[in-house]
Amino acid sequence: MRVAVAMSGGVDSSVAAALMVEQGHEVVGLTMKLRDTTAEERAGRSASCCSPDDLMDARTVCDTLGVAHYVIDYRDAFRAAVIEPFARTYLAGLTPNPCVACNDHVKFAPLLERARALGADLLVTGHYARVEPDPAGGFALCKGADQAKDQSYFLFGLDQSALAQVRFPLGEMSKDAVRDHARRLGLSTWDKHDSEDICFVPDGDYARVVEQVAGPAHAPAPGAIVHQDGRALGTHGGVHRFTVGQRKGLGVATGERLFVLSVDGDARRVTVGPRAALSASGLRASRWRWVSGRPEAGPVHGQVRIRYRHAGVGATVLVDGAQARVVFDTPQAAIAPGQAVVLYAGDRVWGGGFIDGALCEASPDRAEAGRGRG
Amino acid sequence: MIFFDHNATTTPWPAAADAAAAWLRAGPANASSVHAAGRRARAAIEAARRQVAQALGATAADLVFTSGATEALHLAILGRVPAGGHVVASAVEHPAVFGACAVAGARVTRVPVDGEGRLAVADVLAAIEPRTALVAVMAAQNEIGTIFPVADIARAVAPVPVLCDAVQAWGKVPLDVRALGCALAVVSGHKIGAPSGVGVLWAPRALALRPTLAGGPQERGRRAGTENLPAIVGLGVAATEAVAASLTATHAVAARRARLRAALTTLPGLRFHGAAGGPADMLPNTLAFRVDGLPGDELLQALDLEGICLSSGSACAAGALEPSSVLRALGLATEEARGGLRLSLGRDNTDAEVERFIDVFPRLVARARAARAEGRACA
Repeated sequence: MRVAVAMSGGVDSSVAAALMVEQGHEVVGLTMKLRDTTAEERAGRSASCCSPDDLMDARTVCDTLGVAHYVIDYRDAFRAAVIEPFARTYLAGLTPNPCVACNDHVKFAPLLERARALGADLLVTGHYARVEPDPAGGFALCKGADQAKDQSYFLFGLDQSALAQVRFPLGEMSKDAVRDHARRLGLSTWDKHDSEDICFVPDGDYARVVEQVAGPAHAPAPGAIVHQDGRALGTHGGVHRFTVGQRKGLGVATGERLFVLSVDGDARRVTVGPRAALSASGLRASRWRWVSGRPEAGPVHGQVRIRYRHAGVGATVLVDGAQARVVFDTPQAAIAPGQAVVLYAGDRVWGGGFIDGALCEASPDRAEAGRGRG
Repeated sequence: MIFFDHNATTTPWPAAADAAAAWLRAGPANASSVHAAGRRARAAIEAARRQVAQALGATAADLVFTSGATEALHLAILGRVPAGGHVVASAVEHPAVFGACAVAGARVTRVPVDGEGRLAVADVLAAIEPRTALVAVMAAQNEIGTIFPVADIARAVAPVPVLCDAVQAWGKVPLDVRALGCALAVVSGHKIGAPSGVGVLWAPRALALRPTLAGGPQERGRRAGTENLPAIVGLGVAATEAVAASLTATHAVAARRARLRAALTTLPGLRFHGAAGGPADMLPNTLAFRVDGLPGDELLQALDLEGICLSSGSACAAGALEPSSVLRALGLATEEARGGLRLSLGRDNTDAEVERFIDVFPRLVARARAARAEGRACA
């Protein structure tokens, strides 16, 4: 069978392609050119992906495997669907999740379409996640076996028609096993470093990226940093520099350990307070989607993750259309509006949405973490 | 594999490959050396120069061998245009022309073409300024195959010298540099079946030319550096072969192009790029087209997976395809320009290959359309 493999030039997608070849499939390597790295290269910085070097790595692996490889230009779509919303979201005082946006709008839908146009039956990627037949019909999206690398959180936007045509061959493997496999196969990418950063923020300085994308017309404006008790503590250079739960870089010294409790983009106000005030009993989410199996009406109970590295917490979720109300079994800190909340049933991704704000009614004596509105 | 990308490069003539290989194996030979080995190499290069001169209607001493057409264009432009000088060029010249102008620090006026890629003499003339240093016009457009009226332009703009990029015309239509009426002309070896790595600048000796590569006496001091002997010898043979074969080969190629064009015309949504006119307007081997709503690179990839090689736009450093600036110059929107495909025939293509393309292509188009429809339904 002909399968298309999305190849970034990293070790994971290289091994995914190699596994498909070993299984006897006709592999077509597809690499997305998502952004222009010319400026970074001229400045002597190494880009974390999409550089000519990365694309050449993908090409070299495909040459080693003896399969076709094509580079597809998605720069315009990536800018419009990922980079610009990333900047807008930060400037609005929220915390965006660009990887989810990329998977939703750039990676899967266009690549699935390209794969079908090229006569491929499946689209394969190097994500650490699994797709399994659902006994109740359709497909279930599940966590990768390597819990430390599991990327199912980023994939909750995949619908059933996508799951039917997507495969993640690394889902059963550990990262070490993937590297061993790459070395055994003689793939040049076997010892390439892991990319944990946001691909278009290679040096971690996302504030600079936001300012660049926003341009002078939408330059971030200064605002106030206030304590939750009402004290004015100072000023800041723009709300995009703050995320709920953040402790470093506040630029105020009061002698107490302060955390960002909420960011009000309209008023350009950053509210800070003690760690205890970060705690919330639940959250509100919107743009909710069921991935594997839509339950009957009424609340369901499962594990939720409120950010990628979140260990997960038991929660009761009540979904009404695209709106969801999530009540944690135990209060959680740092509910960052804009981030994804993903509901799991065991290893299975059940559904997910985007955080609007923390619930406050369960703890009326505390300021609401999140948007700071009730 | 079916190779329909002969404007990119073409099959080396067996005799040219043999001649080049013979010199690769002939032992050390630097044409600048005094000894017997050097003299043999020099003789071979000068024999090749005479062969190329005969094929181009030129005088051998007026030819400068370079590493290729890009270098030859740089030599012509950097050698003739002072910093800040003015150049008039058609909007659809090869990027090497605009690149060389940028390196030279030249100010460039791009003369637009019409919707079928034709260049009007009057438009070129209108762009001329009192101190215009050079007019750059190609003999035939590489992406769409339009033939430009170089001789008419040269007459109209005289005494401003004309540089003619004749890379795509040579070997496909009769080419005589003196009949072109231009001051300088550039051709490439591998486009006519010579090994790659050699090009030619035709620049009559009377024309002052500042070298871009200096530090050696080679090529009458106009291009320093040890000559690429095997490729140059191969070019001499290829030039002879190409001229000898051109009449019969061109006829067969043009017939296959007509067959392809007639078959593609029936495909819904297919639009041809370039002039619809006769052999005086268009290269006999080139068909440029798009299929409405489908990106060219997608069809290019689908064809490649069937073992059929076409071309689409030009690749960036990373290998992704940019929307063709040539198609944009024809007035196409960006998305339309992304749809561009180029099929360019060579002398060794067969009728069976043409029929296979006619059989396969509509099925690939239908599959891509179905994928689009399904993608929209899911979105």
